[in-house]
Parts: sequence; C-alpha cells; structure tokens
Amino acid sequence: MSDDLAKKEELAKIDFKPPKKDWTDPTIEFRKGSFNYGSNPKNVEYLDLPYAREFDPRKEDWNLPDNWKEIILEGMRDRLMKYRSFRVFMDICVRCGACADKCHFFLGSGDPKNMPVLRAELLRSVYRRDFSTAGKILGKLAGGRELTPQVLKEWFYYFYQCTECRRCSVFCPYCIDTAEITMMARELLHLVGIGIDWITTPAANCFRTGNHLGIQPHGFKDSVDFAVDDLADLTGIRVEAPVNKKGAEILFVVPSADYFADPHYYGFLGYMALFHEIGLDYTFSTYASEGGNFGLFHSSEMMKRLNAKIYAEARRLGVKWIIGGECGHMWRVLHQYMDTMNGPADFLEEPISPITGTKFENAKCTKMVHICEFTADLIHNNKIKLDPRRNDHWTVTFHDSCNTSRAMGLIEEPRYILRQTCNKFHEMPENTIKEQTFCCGSGSGLGTDENLEMRMRGGFPRASAVKYVHDKHGVNLLTCICAIDKATLTPLMEYWVPEVQVGAVHEMVGNALVMEGETRTTDLRSQPYEREEVERDD
Amino acid sequence: MNALYAFITVVILYLVVYLGVGRMGLETFFGVVIPYAAIVLFLLGFVFRIFGWARSTVPFRIPTTSGQQKSLSFIKNNNLESPHNTVGVIGRMALEILFFRSLFRNTKAEVKDNERLVYGPDKWLWAGALVFHWSFLVVFVRHYRFFAEPVPGFILGLQSLDGIFQIGVPVVYLTGAALLAGVTFLFLRRVVIPQVRYISLPADYFPLFVIMMIAGSGLLMRHFYKVDIVNVKELAMGLVSFAPSVPEGLGFIFYVHLFFVSVLFAYFPFSKLMHLGGVFLSPTRNLANTNRVKRHINPWNYDVKTHTYEEYEDEFRDVMREAGLPLDKEESVLPLEKE
Amino acid sequence: MTDAGKIIAGIVLFLVIVTSPMWYQLVSGSTPGAPKLEMPVDVTDCVEGADYMRAFHMDLLNVWRDDVVREGDRIHVAPDGKEYDKSLSRTCMSCHSNKDAFCDRCHDYAGVKPYCWDCHVEPREQP
Repeated sequence: MSDDLAKKEELAKIDFKPPKKDWTDPTIEFRKGSFNYGSNPKNVEYLDLPYAREFDPRKEDWNLPDNWKEIILEGMRDRLMKYRSFRVFMDICVRCGACADKCHFFLGSGDPKNMPVLRAELLRSVYRRDFSTAGKILGKLAGGRELTPQVLKEWFYYFYQCTECRRCSVFCPYCIDTAEITMMARELLHLVGIGIDWITTPAANCFRTGNHLGIQPHGFKDSVDFAVDDLADLTGIRVEAPVNKKGAEILFVVPSADYFADPHYYGFLGYMALFHEIGLDYTFSTYASEGGNFGLFHSSEMMKRLNAKIYAEARRLGVKWIIGGECGHMWRVLHQYMDTMNGPADFLEEPISPITGTKFENAKCTKMVHICEFTADLIHNNKIKLDPRRNDHWTVTFHDSCNTSRAMGLIEEPRYILRQTCNKFHEMPENTIKEQTFCCGSGSGLGTDENLEMRMRGGFPRASAVKYVHDKHGVNLLTCICAIDKATLTPLMEYWVPEVQVGAVHEMVGNALVMEGETRTTDLRSQPYEREEVERDD
Repeated sequence: MNALYAFITVVILYLVVYLGVGRMGLETFFGVVIPYAAIVLFLLGFVFRIFGWARSTVPFRIPTTSGQQKSLSFIKNNNLESPHNTVGVIGRMALEILFFRSLFRNTKAEVKDNERLVYGPDKWLWAGALVFHWSFLVVFVRHYRFFAEPVPGFILGLQSLDGIFQIGVPVVYLTGAALLAGVTFLFLRRVVIPQVRYISLPADYFPLFVIMMIAGSGLLMRHFYKVDIVNVKELAMGLVSFAPSVPEGLGFIFYVHLFFVSVLFAYFPFSKLMHLGGVFLSPTRNLANTNRVKRHINPWNYDVKTHTYEEYEDEFRDVMREAGLPLDKEESVLPLEKE
Repeated sequence: MTDAGKIIAGIVLFLVIVTSPMWYQLVSGSTPGAPKLEMPVDVTDCVEGADYMRAFHMDLLNVWRDDVVREGDRIHVAPDGKEYDKSLSRTCMSCHSNKDAFCDRCHDYAGVKPYCWDCHVEPREQP
C-alpha cells in the first residue's frame, strides 16, 4: 500500500457540502491518487486505434488532433442514433437528486461531480448546447456548455471515476444508468486517442494472448499444472485439468486472475476439485483464457473484439456448451452482450448438466452457464458431499458484485452455495447488498496503484458495511464472485478493516467438498480446518 | 441564482398577459390564438420527440436487474424487479409509473462517528412526488367538465370524491390544495437541500413556477375572484368544436390561468417534462431479463477485427508444441523436430 | 425502428386521450354555446346585480343560510335599498320558479352538483 495515502481517519472525514463554485466551471486539479495514467501508445497502435500518443493528464497540452471537437460532436451524433438509452437519458433527467448519495464515489469523496446526476450533466450540458433546440437558442441559460479542451479533461477525470456499477439506476425513477453514459463518454474520448493504460494494455494483451495478463499459452499450461500439483499436495488427489482438448463436453472460461492471483487462486483450486469429484468432461482453453473483458470498459467494439474468442473457441473445440467462472463484469458481457454481438451460438447445444440432468432453460440461447448456477444445482440434487464444518474457521459474509446483481440478477445462487458450505454466514445490512450492493470502488478498469486514494474512497461504503458485520458477528472473510473484487477488496480491507480477508465462493466449496480418497487436514490456503484460537460464541 | 432566472421569466410572462389582456384588451388573441398554438405545439412537439427517441436503435438488451433472475427451479424469481416475461415487464413499468417504485426505495446516507456510513429510509421525495403527480392528474381530468357536453358521469363522480369534505362553497377540491402543496414542496426541497440546489438549472425551477401560477390562479378563481364558469365552458366548447367565440366578462385572472396553461403545454415537449413519455422508453427498465434465453438483435451489428485462433496459433505454435498443447496445424518452424 | 408497433400504438393512444374532447363533441353532437335559461317574465330586478349573481350566487346563498339559521337575521337589503326575505324557496324561487329550466341548466352544463337540495324540498311546478 502506498505510503502517501492518508490515514483512514483522515480519509473518512467527508464533507458533503457543495462548493461555492458553480459546477459548470470545468477546471479540475489532477490530484495524485485520484486519476489514472494515460494509455501506452504502443498498445493503442497495436489495437489499431486512432491518435496514439504519449499523454500525461497533468500536462496542460493534451496534443489533441486539430479537429478534435468535430470528432467528438460527430461521435455524439452517431451514438445518439445508435443508442436509444443515450438519447433518452440525455433528455429526461429531471434532476430530482435521488441518485446523489447512491454513488460510492460521492459517498467516499463528497465531490459533487461524483453525484451520478452531475456526472451525467457534464456530458448533458454539451448535448444541450449542441443538440437541443432550447440550448441552441438560449445557450447557458438552458444549461448548455461549450465543449472546450477543459471540458474534455473534466470528462476524462470524472468518467474514470465511475465504475459503471449501475447502483444509481436502481434508484432513478427513469432507470437512467450512468454506466451507459460513462460508456458513451469513454468511447468519445477514445475517438481522440484519450484512454487509460490500465484498460488499453490489458485489452491489447487479451487481444494477442487471450488474456489480460498477457500470459502466453505455455504460461497458462504451467499455471494449470501448478494448480494440479498444489491440489495434489493439499488433498492427495491428482486431478485432470485438460487444456485445449477437442471434443470435451464443456468449455470452462475463467477470468485470468483466477489462475494467477491471490486470493482468486483458492477459488480456482475449488473449481478443479469440484469438477474432478463430479467427473466433468471439460477443458480449459489458452486462446479463450480470459472471461473478463476490459473491452467493456473501453468501447462496444473492443468488447466485441475480445469477446469473439469465446464462441470461436467453443466452435473450434467442438464442445457442447460453456461454463463461466466467478467474475462480475465478465458476466455482464456474457449475459447482456455476447449473444447479440457474437452469436448466434447455434453450433452449441442447450446446456444440460451431465451430472443432474437439469436443463439450464435460462441459458438456452446463449449456452453459457454461471458456475454458481451449475454448483447450486449440483448441491440441490445432492450430487456432492459437503462438510461445512471445514469452513468453521471462517465467519463469512457475501459481497454481491455490481454486474452479477444489477446486470444479471444472480443473487440467490451464491448465497445458496454459501449456506450449504459454511456454518457461519452473515449478511451485511440490506442497503449494501443484493441489488443495492456497493461497488468495490475499483471496477471498470480503475484498479490502479496511481488511483489508490480514489479507490479507497470509492470502496469506503463497502468497507463500512463489512466493518459493521465484523464488529457485530465477527466476520473474518468477505466472499465474492468477481475477479476485480478479489483483487481490489483485498487492499481495501487491509486499509479499512484489516481483520477481514477476501475469498471466493468456490474456495468455500473446495474446502467443504468431501472428495473420494482424499487425505487432507487443511483448507485450500493450507490452514488447518480448526483454528487454535478460541472461537467467539455467537 | 438559477431560481431567479426562472422567476424573472415567469414575471415577464405575467406582464405579457397583463399588458395583453388587462391593458390592450387582446381577449381573442389570449383566449383563442395562444391556446390553439400551444396545443398544436404540444401535440406536434410531443410526437416529434417520441419519434426522435424511437428512431434511435436499442442495440443491446440492458435491463437493470433489481431482483433475482429466473434460473433454477428451487430459487424464487422476482418477476417484478427482474422480469422474465412481458407480464413482469408490464408489472415493473406499472409499479414505477403509477407508484414510483424506485423513489420508494430511496435512502439517505450519513457518515456517523467512527467512520460509519448509515442509511435511513427517505420517503419524502417519494411522497411529495406522488402527491404532486396524482393530484395534477386528477385536476387535469376534472377539467374535462369544461370540454365535454354533457359532462360524463365519471367526471362528476371524481368531483364529488375530490370534494368529499364539502368545505366551503364551492367545495374545496382536495387535489387542488394538494397540487399547490406538492409543487411548493418540490420547490422547497430544491432550494433547501444543498446538493439538489447545486444541480438545479433554471429549467428545473421554471416549470415549478409555471405550475404554481396555474394552481394558484385556479384556486383564486374558484374560491376568491370568482368567474362565471358558464362563460368559461362556452369558450372551451368553442375551442373544442373549432367554432371559437370569446364571451364577455371572463375576467383577468382567468386569462392568467389560461395563459400559463398554454405556456406549460407549449414548453412541455422541449423540456425535461418529456419524462412523461420517456419513462416508457428506458431500455434499462422496459426490457425483460431474458438475455440468455432469447437472442437480442443489434440492427447495426458489424464485423470487427478479431485475433483468430489461426493467427494465435501461428504466433505461438512453438511454445505451444513445447508445452505439449495440441495444435491444429502441425507444420513446424524447426524441420529438425520432424522424426 | 425498434419496438415500432408498441411506440406507435402508444402515440396514438396518447393523441386520442389528449384530443378526446374533440371526439366526444363529435359523437355527442351537442351544440356549443351556453344553455338558454328560462327567465322570469315580468320581474327585472334581483337581490343583487346579474353579473354578481352569475359568479357569486352560491356565496350569497351560503351567507343567507348562516344568517338565518345561526343569527336569525332574515332581511337582505339589495343595492337599490329594497328589502328581501333571505330565502331560497320563497325569494329566489318565486321568480325563478322552474328549477329545471333555470338552476339545473347551468349546473348541469358546468358539471356542478350543489347540495342545496340535500335539505330543501325541490318546489313542484304548479299544476
């Protein structure tokens, strides 16, 4: 954790009083810790995107192309025709303010431009001036603002302080989704070569190697083999983990962090143990070694380019259907975009669980099933043996990730699994879970070190809720089903609630799973099942 | 400041009707020409705006799901918050449009001691908005008595329900008072809550002031400066039957009322008031969460440059072979490896 | 156009609702213009001026009721100095004797349902 970061007592002093200065003034200060570095031009070029150049947000001159204004306005016009959401959301906001204190960035920073309504107004004011009758005539009086380089910088700052979590849209009477507006704004900025590196570089990596981390095929194979060895050490059972196997029944796609990062990895071990135990005929793929999709945070075109490999690989390998691992934004893409963008998947079969015979009617067209749906069904049909006592050293709570809850409605499946695999499970307060869940504060490509202060601020509402159940129930494990969550909730907890660790739902499954012929005494983290210390009585 | 701009505009509009009717005696202009122009502008503008939105495509199915999806048989789906069929979508939309479901969810966040965020229910906006919109609707519908001869029974029923307490002569309509109270509340919260004041534009205050003028002049006319409503109906029926005639003695306050109603109608399609039509068109709410069940077509879906498996294998063939991964093409870069 | 059918149906419904008074007028075929009232034949003066009475008669009757019932004050002095008994049935209805052709025509036209006749007995036409 960065040394420059303020003490949490300081950071938690949040002033919600709006400043004297009128919001229409676009001047902003690129304060250390609250913005992301610009894209590496090499990767912008690799992706065939325009105006690749070095650019430092703090510099006065952003080297915009001469006709940048034309490009942006033309891009807006184009998108207003392509997206009804964009056009309607530009027009009908009544500025009731219901969304204001629903944004984690506003709650954590008090910056009024982090109120969803005002974030949208940054774009809407330009829309009004250049695309609405009233604005063309009345200008500023109708709430119009001229598009200037300063406004562009303001967009860059605030549309990379939105994690596209959709929480505001749950409270909006018109369901105005700031995620949608942020996506438009980011696409517009990309048109003039402005983006952040933590999105562009993973996207370029994913395009080339099949995953965000840039792991090449042999590296992927190594990781899987390493996990197989680890699992053998832990359980005494050597599982099969096929890679690029043609003719397997199921293609299994996970976010790349699952096989490379901690604590994702324990969930990855959990998947492999589970699949071994039920004898699933599946395969990983090196080409489609990433379910996550940073294209979602870039542009709809990039999302499509990166997502295409999943269906392409399913077709090449000749599998029947696909299972997807624990990841939030990955599932936004798979659930709401994949079929439309890269379907129809008529070369696949309607998914049927080979173990339980359950037909996954809810995925019959896209043919991709969430691992939690798959596992919940196994448990419900008593196809696996679970010993929840093996998770007794964990007092667990569950963090819904934004996308699985608000862009999918996958809410009860992971809870069902947790209740069957853990004896001690406690919910956080109802305003902070399920469809009202708070973002980790680092989603949509904002999880960089340079942006740490803003991440800690944005994650404050989540952390505050975790602290509540930690204090009340002694919760010591925050489980989730999202790769970005696992990566970023870890430092967030370290900062705000250091007593709580982060884990995967399938880590709990892997721990509780009673495997035939196993010889194990520890959980997947090599910790003994029961801790020495005296448990607090609940 | 922005409230002031809107207020000044309303004052100017008042001066217009004051000079026009009170000083210059342009009754026909304000009684016939302006109302006709306003209603034409309203209808054309409204339809034009809706078509403007309709012309834009809905490339993706992007419902915001506020409840459990329909998936496994043993998990209960919430069809009103995460609808899986048309009935659910209609229910969800109806709950929102008739009862402001989302505002009912509203909370207020506060930072308490020890870095604690707490959330309390905040139903004021919901209640205020509900009172305002429903009373406005009833007031609007009640005015049908001026535009229909004979007056339909349901209007009479609505009137007697609305005036059930029989206070005063003529009786006070509850919705009339509620409308004025509602619009005043919406104005006050805009001014009092610092964040809401910060985001408010002149265009947010202006319709509130116009509606205040309408409700205020209406109440004044009913209860204080009475006008001969038979004359009012004569004017209204004349307009409706395209045989307009302006009866004598309608009174200045009536023209104020009529003028501000005309202003509201004419302004409506060019403003945020179009949320009346727009609320039906949010793709985040009016689509069912059937994403993986039924394919949604994007009319402008186009081919993009991808990195195909062939290109990928060409790039990584050697390392893949070394790692023992199966290959589609066995052609080797190193001829020595052929055995 | 996505959802063209639903949107067009919605617009048509909206237009029909907003312009419904026009259609109602066409269907009901009523003639515009205020109703013709049956006026008293030989009397020309009233308790107050005609314009005032048109707009404020309900207030006057309301005040009369309170004066008579609560104060026992039964005398109304008209602007011209003439005195009248404060009575709906005896004073007003003595000239405007036909409720149907006077009171009701306007009340029905304007959709007004006064509660006078909740207590007062409606005078019958002389046979």
